[in-house]
Amino acid sequence: MRAPLELDLSHMQPGFADPVHDGQACFRALLEALARPGRITALDAHLTLPAPPPGIGAAQLAILLALADQDTAVWIAPELRNAAAGHYLRFHCGCALATTLAEAHFVVIGTPDELPALDALRLGDPAFPDRSATLLLEVAELHSTGDLSLRGPGIEHTQTLGVGGWNAAATAFVQENQRRFPLGVDTMLCCGTRIAGLPRTTLITEGA
Amino acid sequence: MSDFTDRRSVLGLLARSPAELLAERFAALNETPPFTWLRRPETGMVMLRARIGGDGAQFNLGEMTLTRCALRLSGGAVGVGAVRGRSVRQAEVIALCDALLQQAETAPRVQKEVIAPLASAEQARHTLRAAEVAASRVDFFTLVRGED
Repeated sequence: MRAPLELDLSHMQPGFADPVHDGQACFRALLEALARPGRITALDAHLTLPAPPPGIGAAQLAILLALADQDTAVWIAPELRNAAAGHYLRFHCGCALATTLAEAHFVVIGTPDELPALDALRLGDPAFPDRSATLLLEVAELHSTGDLSLRGPGIEHTQTLGVGGWNAAATAFVQENQRRFPLGVDTMLCCGTRIAGLPRTTLITEGA
Repeated sequence: MSDFTDRRSVLGLLARSPAELLAERFAALNETPPFTWLRRPETGMVMLRARIGGDGAQFNLGEMTLTRCALRLSGGAVGVGAVRGRSVRQAEVIALCDALLQQAETAPRVQKEVIAPLASAEQARHTLRAAEVAASRVDFFTLVRGED
């Protein structure tokens, strides 16, 4: 159920300066990020990112502006729903704000500590594995070197990745998600304006 | 004449008014406040929902072209504009009028220079149309059928 909330425009900030081309550039960068898991892409090299409302990262916001619309429900933390972030998304994306994780097509998470249980998310069904959620996970740091080792489609040998605030539970989450293939969620690690894709096909191990 | 004091009916009046008249009244207002776009003018389709009779079920009448935009004046007032068709300028003028009506210092002038003339023009259009229709009015009455 979606609570009917009055849309507050008084503090509304602009979205993409050039909605069509910025949206396309963002989409292209996302394709690239998912095709090369773990390789870091700076979104602001491809488009001008609008200033995000509190509680949402710049890259997370750009991804939602490019992909979310009235057909996709977006889950954001309950305290953000009736704040600037919720109003911004409803105005600029026209999307519904999901009240449960199970109905969300996009799930916006602020830190790896707040990762939900995998089974709470929309994982798709065997006939339509694409009917699954995309996780936009904000992390404190994102480095191309670190103690995470990635393997799988799109990676020739191994790809290393250093993620600030990463923990064993997050590794377990990604590993369990990979075991469910072809079901599962695709994750986009976001750090400010930079992103790294972590699709459901990627194998992850700690301590390279 | 219905009074145009609430935002909803004012936006309706602005959207229904002829483009030339709106442009003329807005020019007479002589206000060009600086603003930033919250949503640049964009043209799209909206589905019109309709109902025949008060208790009829809603149905989709068809799609209509619509242009909409939203802007913020430097003073902070936010205006929205939506208009049938593809006129970007018309949507912008409507949003500007809406925003100026949200500011206490400009609202009375907009009411006087724009809203009042548009409202009386609309009233005149309705009266004219009613007169045109009245000229072709046919009164039906039951003929005596001669049974009694």
